[in-house]
Amino acid sequence: MSLLSVRGIHKTFGKNQVIRGIDLDIEPGTVTVIIGPSGCGKTTLLRSLNGLESPEKGVVSIDSVQVNYAEKPTAADVSLLRSKTGFVFQAHHLFPHRTVLQNVTEGLIYGPSLKRPASEANALGQSLLDQVGLGDKAKAYPSDLSGGQQQRVGIARALALQPKLLLFDEPTSALDPEIVGDVLQLMRKLAREGWTMAVVTHEIQFAKQVANNVVFVDQGVIVEQGTPQEVLANPRHPRTREFLRRVLDPLADDAEYAEEVAS
Amino acid sequence: MDRWQLALDSLWPLVRAALIGTIPLTLISFILGLIVAVLIALAKLSKIRALRLFGSFYVSLIRGTPLLVQIFIIFYVFPFIGIRMDAWTCGIIALTVNVGGYAAETIRGAILAVPKGQWEASATINLDYVTTLRRIILPQAFKIAVPPLSNTFISLVKDSSLVSTIGVLELLRQAQVIATPTYDFLTLYIEAALIYWAICIVLSFAQKRLENYFDNKATV
Repeated sequence: MSLLSVRGIHKTFGKNQVIRGIDLDIEPGTVTVIIGPSGCGKTTLLRSLNGLESPEKGVVSIDSVQVNYAEKPTAADVSLLRSKTGFVFQAHHLFPHRTVLQNVTEGLIYGPSLKRPASEANALGQSLLDQVGLGDKAKAYPSDLSGGQQQRVGIARALALQPKLLLFDEPTSALDPEIVGDVLQLMRKLAREGWTMAVVTHEIQFAKQVANNVVFVDQGVIVEQGTPQEVLANPRHPRTREFLRRVLDPLADDAEYAEEVAS
Repeated sequence: MDRWQLALDSLWPLVRAALIGTIPLTLISFILGLIVAVLIALAKLSKIRALRLFGSFYVSLIRGTPLLVQIFIIFYVFPFIGIRMDAWTCGIIALTVNVGGYAAETIRGAILAVPKGQWEASATINLDYVTTLRRIILPQAFKIAVPPLSNTFISLVKDSSLVSTIGVLELLRQAQVIATPTYDFLTLYIEAALIYWAICIVLSFAQKRLENYFDNKATV
């Protein structure tokens, strides 16, 4: 049985239909990479999986918890769904007034459903920081860290609640190019350890190497999905081909450049 | 009597009135007023329409009427409904209600200035509304609100002189009491003004220390 199942998600912002009927399944222990042009609805889809967005319609089930958005779920229902997921933001959204360790343990100690004793939470938090390579930064504040380190703390914070499904929303898009690798390597490590992950990203190389399933979203629907070999190397749909061409070679549409190469 | 001698003789009674009147009045009503302000700010930010309307009504009423009138109304309304309350308590209630209205707008603005991502990040680690406010949002909002709230606090030190009109013994009232038999109001009022000023200078230093403390502790 799938760990995550999504059926019939529809989401509208004002007059703009961002998601127009999306179904998706994610198997336990797999990595699903969601790609697509900006504004295609991929981030909204990801945010609908843990109730950061409330679609008008659609059912999301994660590991026996089911939320039917058409029936106006209560805060408790959404909270239950959230307890199954960890979320990593593009702009990390760490708590600036808390230390790195406190950022990781906050949900363990103060999340109403968990309420771990502080000593236990701190030990777990410290081991997670070691795992993301920041064991020596426990007492630092987020503003003392580089962008890549901040994002790794964001990942440790998401891991702390031991979720069934990790959601990543463009985790490297706000980073300097030379530190993107640190974060992607950490994510690959997590994938190898067996975490189930859904990743919205523009990193096609990451998708090729790590994804089990690649989902191409455009104009609010899934255009095609399959293995990286199927979707990235041999895309069937013209829209997928067009998107990949633009992403892999952003200068390709430059007529002047084409002439230079030709001459 | 010699003017300077009078000023010297009344210095301690005036300072004492500041210590047992003005300063505790200001401190107590500021702290209670902040609690009122947070509640009114949350009401104004609430999803529930009735709460939003109540919050707006409160702020509008408090900011739209003179503090002196508010003090008189509170002083006379309790006996009218059969509750005995001394002038001190009435003074604290009036100042609390007033500060609550002004600081509510400051705190509402500060809460809105905390990035939306902080609410979302709190939601993803499953903190509930009250915990999110207490642990994540309000500490950051207070940091943003320190300079404007300091202003409100310094204003309150001086506004507390208005409760002298209902007979609360504080700095201004004490100056009047001493001046009445001597007819030397000028000396006593100047002296009182200098003491108010001294208190506010100390508070301005405290404000700078507090801002530095927050700057060192965290950046938003």
